[in-house]
Amino acid sequence: MDVLGLFNYWIVIVLMMIGFYIVISHGNLVKKVVGLNVFQVSVFVFFISMSKVRGGTAPILEEGIEVYSNPLPHVLILTAIVVGVATTALALGLVVRIRDAYGTIEADEIIEPEEDGA
Amino acid sequence: MIAAHLPALQVVVPLISAPLCLLLRRPGAAWTVALAVSWFALAVALSLLIEVSIGGPVSYPIGDWAAPWGIEYRVDQVGALVLVIVTAIGAVVMPFAGASVAHEIASDRAYLFYTMYLLCLTGLLGIAITGDVFNLFVFLEISSLSSYVLISMGQDRRALTAAYNYLVMGTVGATFYVIGVGMMYMMTGTLNMADLATRLPAVADTRTILMALAFLTVGLSLKLALFPLHTWLPNAYTYAPSVVTAFLAATATKVAVYAFIRVYFTVFGEVDLFEIAPMVPILMVLALAGMFVGSAVAIFQNNLKRMLAYSSIAQIGYMVLGLSFASVTGLAGGIIHLFNHALMKSALFLALGCVVLRLGTVHIDGLRGLGRRMPLTMAAFVVGGLSLIGVPLTVGFISKWYLVQAALEKGWWPIAGLIVLSSLLAVIYVWRVVEIAYFRPAPEGSAAVEEAPIFMLAPTWIMAGASIYFGIDATATLEVARGAAEFLIKGAP
Repeated sequence: MDVLGLFNYWIVIVLMMIGFYIVISHGNLVKKVVGLNVFQVSVFVFFISMSKVRGGTAPILEEGIEVYSNPLPHVLILTAIVVGVATTALALGLVVRIRDAYGTIEADEIIEPEEDGA
Repeated sequence: MIAAHLPALQVVVPLISAPLCLLLRRPGAAWTVALAVSWFALAVALSLLIEVSIGGPVSYPIGDWAAPWGIEYRVDQVGALVLVIVTAIGAVVMPFAGASVAHEIASDRAYLFYTMYLLCLTGLLGIAITGDVFNLFVFLEISSLSSYVLISMGQDRRALTAAYNYLVMGTVGATFYVIGVGMMYMMTGTLNMADLATRLPAVADTRTILMALAFLTVGLSLKLALFPLHTWLPNAYTYAPSVVTAFLAATATKVAVYAFIRVYFTVFGEVDLFEIAPMVPILMVLALAGMFVGSAVAIFQNNLKRMLAYSSIAQIGYMVLGLSFASVTGLAGGIIHLFNHALMKSALFLALGCVVLRLGTVHIDGLRGLGRRMPLTMAAFVVGGLSLIGVPLTVGFISKWYLVQAALEKGWWPIAGLIVLSSLLAVIYVWRVVEIAYFRPAPEGSAAVEEAPIFMLAPTWIMAGASIYFGIDATATLEVARGAAEFLIKGAP
């Protein structure tokens, strides 16, 4: 198990940290959504990497196919991708309405007093 | 027979009715559908609870695919109790929603509200019923995505930013949960909860499983708003429409607590969880911190919805404290508080919904003299408030009594003391409201305020009444909670 053999997992960690950092540090609401996407994609890569079996092919019933990769995580990730798309769409929809209401999409420009009669 | 398919109907009926509401478009028609579905779901949940208490857990293979491979719905005592809580809140809140939604949400968007409410209900019920960890994630996202939309429907433009922040935090939480699920799948090759429970002990001391536990804990803690991961909650509750706040405050965090219990006591049930990682001190310290910080911040809030939101963070602390004891009494205390808090918080938020309808504000100064002008609404608020404090003859007393008992059982006197002490903080913030509403004269020249309509008062008082009824006669709820706790800790799933 050398460093290169775990290449995918290194990428997962790097992507995850980049995405998470963008979510935390960026004030631009659209950039936050993009960061969230990168973060989610790293998890997708993680699931797909772990299901790969060395020398395995696609799981199709056919003569001569003995070793195949585990298809279940792929299916799970298809579901997770759908969830991710829905989340992104909703987040961007909210950003559009925030821009309509405040005229900006920078988090530090839309801070307003918390206390009032509302 | 149709009775055999109750677990599927519980989830599928709200799911199918959601697009139906979308097609109907007329607010009245959508409301009727949502109301009928809520009551139907309650009937299904009650019959499942009865079935489970008599005959033990019910297993339902979706599409007839056998359990470890196919997705299994599994209803046991805890799950059935949570189903009843969620559907009962839904069934009581829906009659209230008619007038409140008409007042707070534009009529051309009202049908969207009911669509989202039904989807949210689907997700919450799905979490409580599923026996598959990945399926739980999908339902978690269904309920979360719909609750973001529900929150963004608030009148104040800050509802939008609150929903956005909740979306970011919630998605991070859910993704953390998926990472945990992936790591467990890596080590065991299964996603079925019961199957995971039997396979996890063999690999429990690997670093992968420890990391999985860490990710699951943090992810679910974000969803249930455990201190210090609660920051999304106050704004979300404050700016959401009144009905949404009442519904979500009573169900969403409770269902997340349920998912937490599931992971800790079913999936990791066979593993000595509190041996492999220092979970007891971590959870206990965070729960206690949440109890004090939540209550202390609540004291300084002038917006009553925000005050109750902070008090929710404190109450979630009590639930997590209960399950961090990892004893039957402690877990039973946590579960019963889950039930009791749902009753009192929904009563409180529904009362505030009546206040919003008549006054248009929940600022504390606006409530001067309201005790005489809206006597029934404010009386319901006071009942809920007393219950939050834990005064005898209310449900709050029962759960705190149980938690104190659990602490004493372990010989942890200081914890018992802290539980009582934090209740005293609740006295302060509830008293502030009582003083303003009953002992201050109404502002000069204020318009006459009449009592809220019966459709809104009745649900409020059903919840307030229930929080007195189950405080006086708690045998039924205690029996279910204790049975559920014993089942989780001793009985193999």
